[in-house]
Amino acid sequence: MSSESKKIKIGLEVHCQLTSLKTKLFCNSPSDYREKPPNTNICPVCIGTPGSLPVLNRNALNYATMVASSLNFEIMSHMIFFRKNYFYPDMSKNFQITQYDRAGGVPFAINGYILLNDGRKIRLGRMQLEEDPAKISYDGTIESSSETYVDYNRAGIALIEIVTEPDLESPSDAREFLNKLSSILEHLNVLDLGLEGSVRCDANISHRGGKRVEIKNISSFKEVERALNFEMTRQKSLASKGISVSQETRHWDDVRRITISLRLKEEEQDYRYFPETDLVPVTLSETFIEKINHDMPELPKEREIRFQQEYNHSSEIARVLVKDKYLADYSEKAAKESIAPREVGILLAVNLPPFLNEIGKDLKSLDVAPEHFAELADMISKGEVSRRSAKTIFLEMLKTGQKPRNIFDKKGLDVISDSKSIEDIVTKIFKDNPEAVKDAAKDTKAINFLLGKIMQETQGRVDPSIATKLVKQKLSVQ
Amino acid sequence: MTARILDIPVWEVVKKIANQEISSEDYISETLERIQKIDPKINAYITVIKEASLDKALELDKQIRQGKTVGRLAGLPIAIKDSICVKNIKNTCGSRMLENFVAPYNATVADKIIREDGIIIGKTNLDEFAMGTSTEHSYFGATRNPWDSSKVPGGSSGGSAASIASFEAALALGSDTGGSIRSPASFCSVVGLKPTYGAVSRYGLVSYSNSLEQIGPIARDVRSTAILMDCINGHDIRDSTSKNTVPQRFADIFKNTVKNLKIGVPNEFFGEGVQKEVHKSIWNVIHKIEKLGFHYEKTTLPLVKYALPAYYIIAMSEASSNLARYDGLRYGFNVLKNNLNWNTTFSKNRRNGFGDEVRQRIMLGTYTLSAGYFDQYYLKAQKIRTLIKQDFDRAFKKFDILVVPSMPILPFALGEKLNDPLSLYMCDINTVPANLAGIPSISIPCGLSSGLPIGVQIMAPPFREDLLFKAGYLFEENVTIDKSVGEFTNV
Repeated sequence: MSSESKKIKIGLEVHCQLTSLKTKLFCNSPSDYREKPPNTNICPVCIGTPGSLPVLNRNALNYATMVASSLNFEIMSHMIFFRKNYFYPDMSKNFQITQYDRAGGVPFAINGYILLNDGRKIRLGRMQLEEDPAKISYDGTIESSSETYVDYNRAGIALIEIVTEPDLESPSDAREFLNKLSSILEHLNVLDLGLEGSVRCDANISHRGGKRVEIKNISSFKEVERALNFEMTRQKSLASKGISVSQETRHWDDVRRITISLRLKEEEQDYRYFPETDLVPVTLSETFIEKINHDMPELPKEREIRFQQEYNHSSEIARVLVKDKYLADYSEKAAKESIAPREVGILLAVNLPPFLNEIGKDLKSLDVAPEHFAELADMISKGEVSRRSAKTIFLEMLKTGQKPRNIFDKKGLDVISDSKSIEDIVTKIFKDNPEAVKDAAKDTKAINFLLGKIMQETQGRVDPSIATKLVKQKLSVQ
Repeated sequence: MTARILDIPVWEVVKKIANQEISSEDYISETLERIQKIDPKINAYITVIKEASLDKALELDKQIRQGKTVGRLAGLPIAIKDSICVKNIKNTCGSRMLENFVAPYNATVADKIIREDGIIIGKTNLDEFAMGTSTEHSYFGATRNPWDSSKVPGGSSGGSAASIASFEAALALGSDTGGSIRSPASFCSVVGLKPTYGAVSRYGLVSYSNSLEQIGPIARDVRSTAILMDCINGHDIRDSTSKNTVPQRFADIFKNTVKNLKIGVPNEFFGEGVQKEVHKSIWNVIHKIEKLGFHYEKTTLPLVKYALPAYYIIAMSEASSNLARYDGLRYGFNVLKNNLNWNTTFSKNRRNGFGDEVRQRIMLGTYTLSAGYFDQYYLKAQKIRTLIKQDFDRAFKKFDILVVPSMPILPFALGEKLNDPLSLYMCDINTVPANLAGIPSISIPCGLSSGLPIGVQIMAPPFREDLLFKAGYLFEENVTIDKSVGEFTNV
């Protein structure tokens, strides 16, 4: 960690929809609101029709308990809901049913944490369960739009809010933290991170003990690092000019990729929190929590260890693989099909990411089956292809989705193993590069040049050790 | 058939309809005629459901003739307070805000009444959003007391109680947040029960103060009240605060007369605000009961003197939040002006859609929940509430029931207290303790003074409505009330 970035303090407030629930948090309207015509995924409860009453979705309790447990939280045994009162069209009742840590309230859970790869502990102050507001949209921007559109399809969706302490020291810390959090949530199967708007994040960041700036409306985890980088640079640049940063709330504009000042934070809004007595307090017994823990799916940390044991992955490879549940599941399918699971791990954790980065896609969008990776790993491990040919096949496979063996056959990439053919090639190279041969005879380091030429000539289909042996033999007889 | 059938006790009518001595058609027709004749003077109803009620009556009569089994409320005209949703019928809450709001669903109690073949004959007037003790704070005009139309009927369920007292319905539902069933029951000389908190589902009742209120039955006598309570109580998965127990059954409890009753009479309910006529009438009935061999003992519930302020703080706090949803965006009163931002629209809708009393309570409740005042008002009120509960718990270790006046004063003249909200709030002094403690409480007619009704209130431990019915029946049997002196109280 560089000394520069240590001067940065970042805290995150993460909202995740429990998209795997069938219904909303307090009514029977479906959780699956996306792609539906506006205001069709609603019922008297979630649009606050007079006389309607909320009823807690019991499955949401199970899910929240799983999340809290896997993030090392202490779960509060007494669960109560509070009303957060504010007038805004996104709240059908003009209050939100949420949880609160003051005024006699308790959050769902407190004192959790996530460990970063270097062992630093990112403390999670509290976690709570609450309802999602409706979605508001405009014609163009807030300023230019003559209308405000409200769609209650999302209103009442179960959300968990996780609040970190300001323990993150850089935007990349934030990325690592969110990757770990995502992977845990995905392994729990409580939400689908791929769904638009399923996770949202507010971030606060301060530089060198300066005033805290809150960035609102970061609509995906990927954007968080970007927003923080922008804000960090902005604050540093202000500081270098001797201008002090004001405490304010800024909005992340993900189109222009800048933060814009929303309001200076002079006073805190009074939400008049008080208990929601339409919902009765729920006691989460130890037996209940134990049962949830007992039935808990495998978490990334456990999976990482199992991957090392079961598939002989290195710890580094295993860690990369479990960072993303889709990748972990994919690698496991491939590893099971292969006689060389360790090779599979290398292909997926080391060779694949640079390719994906370059084309700007993710594994899901590639039309390549796990079996293809298994087949390629087997070919490498059996020595049927050289590393260099393997790379050619790998890239071709990713681009076209063809089976490695088909590419191999088509391109004639089999290893040249008979010594007569290799000798012919060596002879040709010696003849074409007389100067290099002279150099090599004097200095063994120069042998590499000749080997390079041989590899070039054969597209890497020669076993480098055989080629080296032959070159040395030929040099010694010259 | 004459209007005299309306005079038959309702618990008998339901039997007579079932065995074809009376047709539901006749009974409903008589009731509708009665409404048409006298309701312009009483204003008990906001909505009267004529054709559908008659159709239902004809259909029920047919089923009865065919020997089919019908429900326990078959053929009875039932009035429902206009803050309890009945599908496809306006649910105004006595407010301009919901003047044109049609309920998209049935409250659980409405479902239950329909299932038992009760006929919902109309929706009754109330103080706006049930906030009041006189039914004068309605956008649709005040309801008048059937005993003396210059007087208020009590409130906020004044329309329901008045409809019963004036024979404009057989049974009625009200809601009671701080006395809103017992106050009009007392002022109109009918029986009104506020059930235990959690005994009756609140689903479909428009919330005023959700931690205090319950829906309850109103009728002309105890046995008829019990019939309706029998049908509406019980657990409802749509109301998390409804208690998950087997529904209570009250229909058969009148077979055996009550023998032993340990009666407590707590001093705090006979304070200086209680008029001497009320005092006299309540003691009169207590002494009558004593002569029958039931002993009473004076007792004390010291914390009850803090009940009224605690009640108003909690009720207004909850109201400020419960009524926040009325902004005109999704339903309800809307100024419908273009080019206003949502903030201005909300303000205009709320400024014009709500009456003064509602706005006053919303503002006070917003204040008591605000940062800096929350602890000294809301939290303190909740602590007092807990202490009052404990007071009652202690009392009920010794007594089966507590007997007190329902209302401290006689029905007062319309407009008399409109400019004096504090004296109006004081009327709730004897009824709010039961709401704070969540215990059941019933008001039974116990006499008249200068032709104006007085009610006796009986309180019992949670889920002991049976005791209230038994004791209430005993009181009722020993009190005679001359209905002929009332303006609209005899048929």
